[in-house]
Amino acid sequence: MSSNKILELQQIKREFVMGTETVRALKGVSFDVFAGEFVTIMGSSGSGKTTLLNILGCLDKPTSGSYLLDGVNVSGLSRNELARLRNHKIGFVFQAYNLLPRTSALENVELPLFYNPELSVQERRDRALGALQAVKLADREDHTPSQLSGGQQQRVAIARALVNQPVMILADEATGNLDTRTSYEIMALMQDLNQEGKTIVFVTHEPDIAAFSSRTVMLRDGKVVKDSKNENVRSAKEALAALPPAEDY
Amino acid sequence: MSAINLIMIALKALQRNKLRAFLTMLGIIIGVAAVIAMVAIGQGSKESIQTQLSSMGSNMITILPSSNVAGGVRIGGESFQSLTIADVLAIQKNAEYVSAVSPVASTKGQAIYGALNWPTSLQGVAPSYFDIRKLTVNDGISFSDADVATAAKVCVLGQTVIKNLFPSGESPVGKVIRLGSIPLQVIGTLAPKGQSSFGQDQDDIILTPYTTVQKRILATIYFQSIYASAVSEGASDQATNEIIDILRTTHRLRPADENNFQVRTMEELIKTLSSTTSLLTILLTAIAGISLVIGGIGIMNIMYVSVTERTREIGLRMSIGARGIDILLQFLVEAIIISVTGGLIGVVLGITSAKVITLTLGWPTLVSESSIILSFVVCAFTGVFFGYYPAQAASRLDPIEALRYE
Repeated sequence: MSSNKILELQQIKREFVMGTETVRALKGVSFDVFAGEFVTIMGSSGSGKTTLLNILGCLDKPTSGSYLLDGVNVSGLSRNELARLRNHKIGFVFQAYNLLPRTSALENVELPLFYNPELSVQERRDRALGALQAVKLADREDHTPSQLSGGQQQRVAIARALVNQPVMILADEATGNLDTRTSYEIMALMQDLNQEGKTIVFVTHEPDIAAFSSRTVMLRDGKVVKDSKNENVRSAKEALAALPPAEDY
Repeated sequence: MSAINLIMIALKALQRNKLRAFLTMLGIIIGVAAVIAMVAIGQGSKESIQTQLSSMGSNMITILPSSNVAGGVRIGGESFQSLTIADVLAIQKNAEYVSAVSPVASTKGQAIYGALNWPTSLQGVAPSYFDIRKLTVNDGISFSDADVATAAKVCVLGQTVIKNLFPSGESPVGKVIRLGSIPLQVIGTLAPKGQSSFGQDQDDIILTPYTTVQKRILATIYFQSIYASAVSEGASDQATNEIIDILRTTHRLRPADENNFQVRTMEELIKTLSSTTSLLTILLTAIAGISLVIGGIGIMNIMYVSVTERTREIGLRMSIGARGIDILLQFLVEAIIISVTGGLIGVVLGITSAKVITLTLGWPTLVSESSIILSFVVCAFTGVFFGYYPAQAASRLDPIEALRYE
């Protein structure tokens, strides 16, 4: 069973020194995530979820405790090794999409592959097209972000996260900038990807969104206060169908 | 990350900001073009002065009478008469480093042919004068030693004189012109020499044997000057010293007396003029070089702005796997592409503007390879130097903060 543990967190602590004060953002967080899970990490602001996200994303290292990502202990790695790990194992999806402006969807999706020196130009293109197809945007490959809607931009960002075939997709408030309908569309896409076997860790503060995941980890004041399986996962497609039709003005 | 990926990333980033990349480049373009054009102007004028001087004979030595003291009264150089045929013969006989020597007895007069007349200068010289001054006879022949011995009434005409006395284009050779009351038969014409660098028309001249001028016109035994030629350009100094010794002997000067003549070499003149133009070149290059540095600072400025503006992009790149060195190299390569492309355009523009200056203003220009290589190397270096600090600043960003940067 332990072989398909994607994340293994043990007593993760993270402290920040602000002047003379020490802020303890995480006070010993432990949980595991298995391959194929769709986990939401919830918590209000100040709960430490952003700090946890940074650690999960290998952007930051814990002050103490151990964090294993796909069997690799992150604590001992250098900045460059962390960068390599991010490139190979993690697909980020951000609240603000963070697409490069004036750059086509295809090139945006290709971006992580540029930092992966083993790939040829053709392979890069093929994989980027494949990822765009997976988010149903293959016909928009030439569009720049300004020519795409918010939902489409986020789908390009998800394609970018998928393109390097990571072990985990790490989403940070990925629906935070979107209206309800588009959020549901994104969640439907996430659920589809999860069905195909992708492990997803989704950080959010909206309980509505958490209902679509198979498990919820609740943080408060730097500690896990609840870690529960979601027995009746809501289907995003059904929720979408239940929404009143888009009003015409 | 491979070099090709790196260059592609940098090119795409520049493509996203074409106008800004171009404006940044503009500083470098103008800087490089200015350096090349300015150096071309400086080198061109230096070169043209040098060719003009050496066309006058770069190993030429001029001997002029000098001021002297006679009974406590200083007598001006021009009016003082001290050079005679004895001096010429002594130099001819004794000087080892002198290959040719010719006296010059000159006067001004009105040349007349038929109904036309023209004021010009008549120079009485020896046949060797043609070699010393690098004059060539176009048409007809030059006069000989026999003509000198008999004070023959023959002459060789410069092009300006021909133009004014024979405007119809007929050949003047064989015709007889008059200078005052003296008839002179034209036996040859001189190839055109153009203006000297001092603005003198070198073609406004009539050459005759010096004896003709001395005996038939001026009735004097003195010369205005003596021209000599050193055996080589490098031997000018030895030749000068020899001439001074010989003339002091023929003029019977005591050791305490100062020279009553002066000896000038072309080399001195070339040096003086070259140093002036060199100074000009240095000055122009310095000004242009400053503009190149300003261009470099422009790159640095824009790259810093760019790093700030693209903080989120940097954060994103880091989050998807770019290492610090990848970011550093990306920004460095961007700066180098800007400066090298700007440098190439600047080289083309510099060469073009040098050509345009020559065509429109008529200034001589000479685009030297060294100025192209130098300015290009300087601007590539500028790219690395001024691009490095912004690139380093970018590579040191914390990805967490960069991603959340507003």
